[in-house]
Amino acid sequence: MSVDATTVRRIAHLARIAVSDAEVPHLQGELNAMLAFVEQLSEVNIDGVEPMTSVTPMEMKKRADVVNDGEIADVIVRNAPDTADHFFLVPKVIE
Amino acid sequence: MTDLTSLTIAEAREGLASKSFTAAELTDAHLAAIEAARVLNAYVLETPDRAREMARAADAKIAKGEGGPLAGIPLGIKDLFATRDIRTTACSKILGNFIPPYESTVTSQLWRDGAVLLGKLNNDEFAMGSSNETSCFGPVTNPWRREGSNTTLVPGGSSGGSASAVAALLCMGATATDTGGSIRQPAAFTATVGIKPTYGRCSRWGIVAFASSLDQAGPIARTTRDAAILMRSMAGHDPKDTTSVDIAVPDYEAAIGKSVKGMKIGIPKEYRLDGMPAEIEKLWSEGAQWLKAAGAELVEVSLPHTKYALPAYYIVAPAEASSNLARYDGVRYGLREPAKNIIEMYEDTRADGFGDEVRRRVLIGTYVLSAGYYDAYYLRAQKVRTLIKKDFEDCFAKGVNAILTPATPSAAFGIGEKGGADPVEMYLNDIFTVTVNMAGLPGIAVPAGKDTQGLPLGLQLIGRPFDEETLFSLGEVIERAAGRFTAPRWW
Repeated sequence: MSVDATTVRRIAHLARIAVSDAEVPHLQGELNAMLAFVEQLSEVNIDGVEPMTSVTPMEMKKRADVVNDGEIADVIVRNAPDTADHFFLVPKVIE
Repeated sequence: MTDLTSLTIAEAREGLASKSFTAAELTDAHLAAIEAARVLNAYVLETPDRAREMARAADAKIAKGEGGPLAGIPLGIKDLFATRDIRTTACSKILGNFIPPYESTVTSQLWRDGAVLLGKLNNDEFAMGSSNETSCFGPVTNPWRREGSNTTLVPGGSSGGSASAVAALLCMGATATDTGGSIRQPAAFTATVGIKPTYGRCSRWGIVAFASSLDQAGPIARTTRDAAILMRSMAGHDPKDTTSVDIAVPDYEAAIGKSVKGMKIGIPKEYRLDGMPAEIEKLWSEGAQWLKAAGAELVEVSLPHTKYALPAYYIVAPAEASSNLARYDGVRYGLREPAKNIIEMYEDTRADGFGDEVRRRVLIGTYVLSAGYYDAYYLRAQKVRTLIKKDFEDCFAKGVNAILTPATPSAAFGIGEKGGADPVEMYLNDIFTVTVNMAGLPGIAVPAGKDTQGLPLGLQLIGRPFDEETLFSLGEVIERAAGRFTAPRWW
C-alpha cells in the first residue's frame, strides 16, 4: 500500500501537525518508503495467532480507587504557556 | 593521585570507603572533565551546583557510616528522565523549558542510594533515532575516531549522550533508555557496557514516553560490574507503573565472576545476514569461543521470525508514539505557537515543536491506527510480535540459557552519513537489538573488539525474562577475554 498527497494531508490533520504544500511530496516519499519496508509482514502466516497485548505474563495490579494526591494547582499550572486563576488558557473555542 | 575520572564505580566505591579521596573531590574532577569536553556535546545541561551539594551530603553520610550503595558516585542522566526542578526536554523543542515538579522513580532510587547528579545528557529527540542526530540540541560526538582520521563519528542513539559521556570519562555511569536498541547500540559504538533489562524490571514512571510497550530504562557503564551495581539501584517495583513487576531485585553484582560452566548458549542462524562484514562475523565466533572456553556449551538455534521484527517494530513503535505524543498540544506545558483558533494553535505548535524524525513517526503511527488500516497494519504487527516472542520461548524451552549475537551490523559511522535519503537505512542499525524489545527480554551489549579501522564493536547477549544475572555472568566472561577499550583523548 502507498499513500497519495491527499492522504498525507489527511493524516497530518488527524495528527494535528501543520504541513505546507511544499512539504507534502517529500513526506509522501518518506512515508511510502516506510510502508514499503513494512510490506514484508504480509508474507507472514498469522492464522490463529493472538495479537500481543502484554509482553510479560502478569496480571496488572490494581490500586484502591482513592484520592492520594492533589491540592497542588500551583504546581500543575506552573509550566503552562498561559494561565489565569489555575485555569489553562487557550484561544476562544466557543463563539 | 591517579585521575579520579578514570576509576570504575567499584574502584571509586573502595576509594571513598577507605577515605583515599572525598565525594566532593570525585565530583569536582568530573565537573572539570565535563567543562573540558563540551565539544562532544554530551551534556545538554550541566548542574554543577546541585552536584557539589549532593557530593557534600554524600561525604557527610559516608563519614557517619551511612553511605548508600552509590554514595558519592557522580552520574549523568539522560534528558528523558524527569528530574525535579531541573529542566527536562527529551531533547525536543516542544518541551521548551519544562521544569518537572516531580522526579522519575528510577532517578529517585539513584539519589536514595547516594548518587550525585552531574547533569542531563543529550539524546535523540524523544529517543527516536540511532545516531543522536535528531536532538534539538544538535548531534553528540563519539570520543572514538577511526585510526588516522579526524572524521567526527556518531555515538549511536538514542542514548548517545549517555554512551559518549561514559566513554569519555565525563561521568562514572549514566542512565539510558532502550525502545529498539537505544542502550545497546550506543554502548557498542563507544566500547561501553549497556543493559536493557526485562520489560517491567525498571519503573517507567517519570520517563518521557516514546513507545510504552517497548520502553525500558537501564544503565550504561564502563564495566559489567559497574552496570550491575547501577542496575540494582535502578530496578524494582513501583506502584506508579502498573507494568512494573513486583518481584525481588537480586544482587546483580554477585553474578559477576560466577561460573558459566554448563550453560547452553544459543547461536541463532538467522542473525547471520547476507553481506555481513567479515569482522563482525569473526567477532561473533570469537565471542562464542570465549564462552566455550569458560565451560559453556554452544548450540545452533533458530529464531525464524527474526527478519520481521524490524518492520513490525516500525508499526508498533510509531503507533504508540503517535498516541503518547498527542499530549504535546501547547496547552499545559512546553512550546505554544499563537494562532487565531485552537486547531491552528495545535497544528502550528506541533509543526514547529517536533523535528523531522518525530513528525515522520507520528504521521506513520497515525496512519497505521487510522480507520480502515488498523487491522492491516497494527493488528498484524502485534500478531507477528507474538510469533517473535514464541521463537524465543521455544528456544529457552530447549534449555538455552542465553543467546549470543552481534550488537550492531557495523561500527560507528560519520555524522550525516546515514538515513539522509531513506529513513529505513538508519533503522537497519537496530536489526540485532529490536527483537529483544519486541519480546520484552533482557539484553546486554559488551565491548568485544575493534574493526579494521580501530573502532569498537560489541556483542549482545539475550536472556530469559528476569534473568539479567546470567547476562552479567556471561558478559563478564567476554569482557575478561576481550579486555577493556578506552578512547584516546583528543578533545
